[in-house]
Amino acid sequence: MKFPYSEKVLDHFKNPRNVGKIENPDGKGLEGSPACGDMVAVYLNVNPETLVIEDIKFESYGCASNIATASIITEMTKGKTLDEAKNISWKQATEELGGLPTVKAHCSVLAVEGLRAAIRDYEEKHGLVSEKETTTEEVVRRRLKHVMNPMAGLDIIRTELVTKIEINEGSVRILIDLPSDHQFASAIKEDILEKVESLWDIEEVNVVFTE
Amino acid sequence: MEDKTAYFDNSASTRLDERVFEAMKPYYFDTYAVATSEFAYSMGIDAKEALEEARSTIADSLNASPGEIVFTSGSTESSNMAIKGVTSALKNKGRHLIVSKIEDFPVLNTAKSLEKQGFEVDFIEVDDTGRLNTEQLAETITDETVLVSIQHANQEIGTLQDLESISSICREKGVLLHTDATHSFTRVPIDVQQIPVDLITIASHTIHGPRGVGGLYIRKGTPINKWMDGGFQEFNLRAGLENIPGAVGFAKAVELVTEEENKQIKALRDHLIERISSEITDVILNGSKEHRSPHNANITFHYVEGESLTLHLDMRGFAVNTGSACFSRSLEASHVILGIGGDHERAHGSLRFTFSRYNTLEETDTIVDAIKEIVAQLREISPLYEKK
Repeated sequence: MKFPYSEKVLDHFKNPRNVGKIENPDGKGLEGSPACGDMVAVYLNVNPETLVIEDIKFESYGCASNIATASIITEMTKGKTLDEAKNISWKQATEELGGLPTVKAHCSVLAVEGLRAAIRDYEEKHGLVSEKETTTEEVVRRRLKHVMNPMAGLDIIRTELVTKIEINEGSVRILIDLPSDHQFASAIKEDILEKVESLWDIEEVNVVFTE
Repeated sequence: MEDKTAYFDNSASTRLDERVFEAMKPYYFDTYAVATSEFAYSMGIDAKEALEEARSTIADSLNASPGEIVFTSGSTESSNMAIKGVTSALKNKGRHLIVSKIEDFPVLNTAKSLEKQGFEVDFIEVDDTGRLNTEQLAETITDETVLVSIQHANQEIGTLQDLESISSICREKGVLLHTDATHSFTRVPIDVQQIPVDLITIASHTIHGPRGVGGLYIRKGTPINKWMDGGFQEFNLRAGLENIPGAVGFAKAVELVTEEENKQIKALRDHLIERISSEITDVILNGSKEHRSPHNANITFHYVEGESLTLHLDMRGFAVNTGSACFSRSLEASHVILGIGGDHERAHGSLRFTFSRYNTLEETDTIVDAIKEIVAQLREISPLYEKK
């Protein structure tokens, strides 16, 4: 029998490491993707002197890729500084796992985002974040790098699905080079809305598909 | 490991019955000619006889006449043929089509494809058990309506529609009715003398028959155009070489389904639902309790995700299906669960169990035991589950 998952993914799925909650954590991140319905929570305890992650735990309401990625990033980040942990990419995590099916990329990205959200939470609570920046095309582009193109397993920026980004007084218009009835259109749209709507100075997001 | 799989995905496909295989064999090795007229060579005449005998058996199971059954390559083709064939024949009458929101893809996507060609299509709502709002149906029918297509049993939640009321509404309004009975055929019999439905999609792969074989019942006198060009087979309605071993196997599969067996399957299914509902907290039975095909159970386990659940079950030798978006190729949650007013979360943790002739009480008990352990384990790591 052949699973679409590597031995290592299956191992982390069956026996996830560092599972659970930390009571009163120093940092907490909860990320959910409406595109697939998965959620992941990451809890951190950080040494305030050295900014080293001393303890990390996660919870998952998700599929195998989500659980396995969350599990491996807890192993990869324990004992690392926040800056080191922040730089662990989704790609490194999946490589560490021996690869993931491309269509499952967005479930696993969620785990990495959960980690980053927990770090951001810590930094915000401890006065380590600078002023809010105004949303520019570049800011939106950066966010869209976290939206997966399930056909390629890479983000929609790198796979050139985004043909235009327009920002006008709190409203963003994003043009996607896919027909609106494409099998992944609604999943991609939901994912984009989720990533962009949360920008502090954005009130409206329009995702436009080609006909 | 393969042969030990306890298989609970019988609405997707079933194991072929050996008796069906034996019945089919001679039509591959001995009587392999095409069906010919009675003036041709004997092998062709024998083949023709076998085909017509199979047709009679299928017709009997619906209380129809043999001339009202056309063999096809399966339910997808049958539903395409029914909808495209009738709308084409009645194009001068109108261009309005009605289907339910929770149809399976052959009907749903045929309707969407006609919509693109300029047809007006209404997708009728269902209630939270999956039953159609018949009043809404009656109000939606107009002079332009050429066909109503409402399934008999739902593919995911097993809900049975009230075909009697639906067919009498259609009769009263003078509109033709097609029903996709892929997931009820022989499990919940339809008598076409009692229920005035005009076209019925049926399939063989759900009842231990060969896959790639199906049929369409077409009530005598129903206007329908041929939609696939070719030869003159099947009353000049379905072109292409007849699949005689397939038809013979299909007929044998129909013969083998008994009332007794349907009762046994239902008893196993009820046992599974009963045990899960009483032994696991925070579960919902999706679909209707009373109006349900006997072999289907569909249950949502809150706070866990379906793909994780099916993968754990697979590793322990059980095959089940889920409505979770993670499991689907399009990454979309089940349109059926969403259609009965469920949210993404309800689809996310839903499992479909479909039973067959070969399921046993023992494996039904062991799958429940396994689910109890796995659900507890997954809830333990779920951020949504409040530990009690």
